[in-house]
Amino acid sequence: MTITPKLRDRIVYTVIGWAAAGVIFFPIFWMVLTSFKTEVEAIATPPKLFFTPTLENYSTVRERADYVHFAFNSIIVSVGATFLATLIAVPASYAMAFFPGKRTKDLLLWMLSTKMMPAVGVLIPIYLLFRDTGAIDTRWGLTLVYTLMNLPIVVWMLYTFFKEVPKEILEAGRMDGAKPKQEVWMLLMPLSLPGIASTALLSIILCWNEAFWSLNLTTSNAAPLTTFIASFSAPEGLFWAKLSAASTVAIAPILVFGWMSQRQLVRGLTFGAVK
Amino acid sequence: MATVTLKGIEKNYGDVQVIKGVDLSIEDREFCVFVGPSGCGKSTLLRMIAGLEEITAGELLLDGARINDVPPSERGLAMVFQSYALYPHMSVADNMGFSLRLAGASKEERRAKVAEAARILHLDALLDRKPKELSGGQRQRVAIGRAIVRKPKVFLFDEPLSNLDAALRVQMRIELARLHDELAATMIYVTHDQVEAMTMADKIVVLQGGVVEQAGTPLELYHHPRNQFVAGFIGSPKMNFLPAKVTGIEEAGTIVQLASGSVVVIPVRPGNHRIGDEVTLGVRPEHLHLGGTGEISGEVMVVERLGGETFLYTQLDNGPMIIVQADGEIPTGVHERVKIKLDPATCHLFEKNGLAAERIHRHPLAHLRRLPTRKAG
Repeated sequence: MTITPKLRDRIVYTVIGWAAAGVIFFPIFWMVLTSFKTEVEAIATPPKLFFTPTLENYSTVRERADYVHFAFNSIIVSVGATFLATLIAVPASYAMAFFPGKRTKDLLLWMLSTKMMPAVGVLIPIYLLFRDTGAIDTRWGLTLVYTLMNLPIVVWMLYTFFKEVPKEILEAGRMDGAKPKQEVWMLLMPLSLPGIASTALLSIILCWNEAFWSLNLTTSNAAPLTTFIASFSAPEGLFWAKLSAASTVAIAPILVFGWMSQRQLVRGLTFGAVK
Repeated sequence: MATVTLKGIEKNYGDVQVIKGVDLSIEDREFCVFVGPSGCGKSTLLRMIAGLEEITAGELLLDGARINDVPPSERGLAMVFQSYALYPHMSVADNMGFSLRLAGASKEERRAKVAEAARILHLDALLDRKPKELSGGQRQRVAIGRAIVRKPKVFLFDEPLSNLDAALRVQMRIELARLHDELAATMIYVTHDQVEAMTMADKIVVLQGGVVEQAGTPLELYHHPRNQFVAGFIGSPKMNFLPAKVTGIEEAGTIVQLASGSVVVIPVRPGNHRIGDEVTLGVRPEHLHLGGTGEISGEVMVVERLGGETFLYTQLDNGPMIIVQADGEIPTGVHERVKIKLDPATCHLFEKNGLAAERIHRHPLAHLRRLPTRKAG
């Protein structure tokens, strides 16, 4: 078989693609692998690739902490924050997409620019506000912070999706007697449902993985799974195998969720690029 | 009853004025067509009536009541868009019944009214389909059906036929005219196609640069254009314009001399032109005849044979290229020399500022109107 330049390119790109995917996936693979090792095997040098798997770490993790409690918090806070952010972002993006003013673009850029600021920059004021309002270690407090954290991204994404909806369809609705609320609810939202879904998915994933605010603002009551993981890097030293087991159970739900909604997510994230 | 009155309507986008003071009154059951070249402001004017664009200055009255600040959802008008703007996620029946649903009508009422509109538009078999499963002509029908169901005071059409192919456009044109008669409703229709305007309108409003150039019945615009722009815009092919000079003014009309030296007496009132003025003589291709003792002559450059008629693009010996409409049977070919006869009664005279000199005799059909025969129910 002769290798044409086209075939050679394909081989090269495929190899590069697999290599990149491997590099990204390797830490997760190693973590899952480590979670089935004993603590001694976990820190062995050179690392052991073949060993007798054990479920010991998982039972220890289960004994030491109430996984369900943390997972429940993660779900409540992620879904709650996503719902709130969407609730605020839909009317905001509707206004920006269909009734833009002179400064709409600037406003959008400014909103995005707040994401470029390190979160730690506002830690002290937010911490003090939380302390004074009794929001520390509450689910609603964390939900609020996550809502504000994701709002710029949610607005941006919804804005992009709404822009794709032909203006005339909404105008036709207006001529048919639709008030703004009906216009959004009965026309705009059904028409951009795929976009809204992928925005919500991304928001849930971002909330789930968020560690900075959850570590600083929660201790036990409202602590999500990120705090659960952190609690295994305990003062008595690092127990890699147990930490890996804890991490594995913490990321498992969102991994499955993300895998199931992969298509939707990719479509949403590459939306502007391919059109 | 539904009359629409525009008083000094203006529209600015920032510093740019796109509608420069339009005064217009559209009567009950009238089919009014806004026509003009692209960018003349006709669609903007329609959208202002619909309430989709804000009115910068002036007053918009519906049945005598000011509606400048009434939101589109409460004006009681229906609009058909060029892109149809159907709701893609709803079936044909739901598309047509959407306004009723918003108004809180019962399911039975909705079904009955949608069925009635579907019957008028022959959409009965398509009610369960989604818009993407329909052809262009069917989508257009659904868009019209959506408007009919509302029983609006006024129908607004924004170039509704321009996305259809030529044959379908002619068919829909006839259906719309029939529908106007059947519904006996006031309709405002925007188009850039002067044939659509001529064939459907009771009143044509010719717009250019945000200004109404002339408003009147189709035949009034055809026979009595107010200025050279309207004369050139209405009629197909375009009116021919020949430079001329006023050599005398009599009771029978104004005597002008063409570049060829021939003299024509045009039956128009003296108006503002004086002896010695440079003027423009306008004459439509269909009013020119080939004849042995022609006032003007030239060489045929292009021959367009449509079967029933033939257009001769003729380069005059002294003057511009003109179009002559001749019989379909004439054997004249390219580069043949022809003599052309002018009938003074059909000639127009335009003064230097572009305004037409008023004709002495009004055309007997200039006021002919085509209002619906039935009474509004």
